[in-house]
Amino acid sequence: MGYAAGVGKTYQMLEEACELKTRGVDVAIGYFEPHGRPDTIAKTEGLEIIPRKKIAYRGSTFEEMDTEAILARNPQVCAVDEFPHTNVPGSDRTKRWEDVERLLDAGIDVLTTMNIQHLESLNDQVWHITGIRVRETIPDWVVHQADEVLMIDLTPQALLHRLERGVVYGREKAERAMRNFFRESTLAALRELAMRETAHEVEHRTLAEAAPAASPAAGVAAAIPERQKILVLITADPATAMAIRRAKRIADFLGAECFAVAVERSGEAGAMPEAEREAIDRHLNFARNLRIETRVLEGDQAAPALIDFARRNRITQIFVARPRQRSRLFPLLRRDTVQSIVNLAKDMQVVIVSDRAPAGRA
Amino acid sequence: MTPEARRKTPEDFLRVAQAEERAARDGHLKIFLGYVSGVGKSYRMFDEARRRRERGQDIVVAAVQPRVPVDVDALLRNLEVVPPKGGGDRPAIDVDALIRRRPAVCVVDGLAYDNPPGARNPTRWQDVRDVLDAGIQVIGSINIQYVAELSAQVEAITGKHVTETVPVAFLKSADEIELVDAPAGRPMEGSPEEQLDAARREQRLSKLRELALVLAADVVDDQLNEYLERHGIRHSIGAQERILVCITPRANAGAMIETARVIAERFHGELITAYVNQPEISPAGRAALEERLDIARAAGARVEILDGENPVDAILEFAKANGITQLFIGHSQRSGLWPRIWGNPVDKLIRGTQSMDVRVFPQ
Repeated sequence: MGYAAGVGKTYQMLEEACELKTRGVDVAIGYFEPHGRPDTIAKTEGLEIIPRKKIAYRGSTFEEMDTEAILARNPQVCAVDEFPHTNVPGSDRTKRWEDVERLLDAGIDVLTTMNIQHLESLNDQVWHITGIRVRETIPDWVVHQADEVLMIDLTPQALLHRLERGVVYGREKAERAMRNFFRESTLAALRELAMRETAHEVEHRTLAEAAPAASPAAGVAAAIPERQKILVLITADPATAMAIRRAKRIADFLGAECFAVAVERSGEAGAMPEAEREAIDRHLNFARNLRIETRVLEGDQAAPALIDFARRNRITQIFVARPRQRSRLFPLLRRDTVQSIVNLAKDMQVVIVSDRAPAGRA
Repeated sequence: MTPEARRKTPEDFLRVAQAEERAARDGHLKIFLGYVSGVGKSYRMFDEARRRRERGQDIVVAAVQPRVPVDVDALLRNLEVVPPKGGGDRPAIDVDALIRRRPAVCVVDGLAYDNPPGARNPTRWQDVRDVLDAGIQVIGSINIQYVAELSAQVEAITGKHVTETVPVAFLKSADEIELVDAPAGRPMEGSPEEQLDAARREQRLSKLRELALVLAADVVDDQLNEYLERHGIRHSIGAQERILVCITPRANAGAMIETARVIAERFHGELITAYVNQPEISPAGRAALEERLDIARAAGARVEILDGENPVDAILEFAKANGITQLFIGHSQRSGLWPRIWGNPVDKLIRGTQSMDVRVFPQ
């Protein structure tokens, strides 16, 4: 786990691969991105690299990891660079992390690299820090499954120094990167995020080992009087994705169950505009991808239907997004919905999740 | 709101003092932080020394550990060493010789050592401060066990009492701090007893590792805030969660504070409790309030008493000025006509906090 390109993740991964090889472990490189960095390329010497697969797409040829070739070769340990990568259309699997799951299922141990910005639940926070919306994300449960998460640290000063010397990127590309993404404060904030997240991953494993019979966060759940159950309201508002991420993150931290509910107007079934229905479906899918249980309820108004569901299911915390837009298009999303939920759910915790707009834009 | 509107906390003043101290001295301090010996701090540090030397920097070694692994020894052979004074098992770095030799950079492997009696300073980190004041850069290393403020926590984990320590303020005064992380160890083969021992050891190491990660994150957070302050930016960029719990004499403070404590702890965030002064408070209300604030203090919260005619405005102003990311309040207990005429404070707080999460609690 790193916080920026150039901190030395790939280098350290390859170093561990070399070390394993000297100890007699059967290691192969499944995918490696040289980025023209001589030090890193030198590290692959003496290691077996499994050739990439060529995939033709729209008249160009793309190279992807050849998962089938790795499975056929069946090494004990496989090093795979750039865990959050999205495969070119036409590949067997959409995401590299899905390829890695395939390798793990086949009993191959995997070493892989990623930066903190690609963790799904931190997407909004990263946007807030960098002003960049990261598209290639990895669901938190995938990272949680890892046996070890290791923080690869380098101080921002040293990283900027490396950039100046053109070690990380070519020179002209480096200048552009330095102006934007690599501003010192941005780097410091991402670095802090990576450290806190790694601390959390370490703690998660420590607790899991300490109480193997109980749930991972049993120690913490016990500190809170009752078992927490979290419910998040899904609407067509774009801010919903953020509410889902935040709810899931809290649920994971507290070891709580998490549900997501959308309310569709009953009666005149065709009344819901197509755009609204599509947005809701997209958000429901997103929640399911994060392994949240979803339900679609019928009701004229969102708030009473949601609260009714919450009471029946003994929900203790409701998460709802602060509407991003006062929309005439989506009448269900008026701010009144938030107000009604707060007024109706006085026996529960209600969390109004806000956009943490990027610094300087707020 | 202007940057000046942000209220200074004791931490802010400390940070400013540390920044001034850092600016006043000429030498640049870089610290490698590990969680146990054997994670490769020394190697990383001496490897950096080698690279700097290859780039033409005048670099010397002022202290090495009593026992040196083979790979580190190989690096040391190509570096100039200024021999320590005293020898034996407790040598002190030779500050006078270093200042006479005047290299650009000096390497000190192991910052947490007490000097023998009669030395220039009682401890090595104080010697390092003198070297920095003389305008020489220092690269040093330390394990989390030897941070003075963490010694009780470390003793609870390891069962070992450590006497030679370095104050956390010295670590925070560093210009750069780099974390050296490594896996806490893999399951061993062997007898069930041996495996249990190995598992316990791994647990202990994982806890130390977590301490080191969080300390490094805190140092980075301080540096980030200082950087933002220097550039006149209010802190709104932080990667840290800052939770503000709003207390009233009637609030169900127990649940709010406990939830806030758990979330702050899990996210390694900061916990603040605020109360807005109300002149007409009854003695019973005052007693109830003090009790709630004591709960907050016991949970490790910073307690702030705010003034302002309008409690909602006072809370909003404080929250915005302090980069609060989560605001905890109680559900409004008023019902009927009153809120319809005057507006509900909960609604007002929700409307007023555009970039914070608001968590409303049952009363």
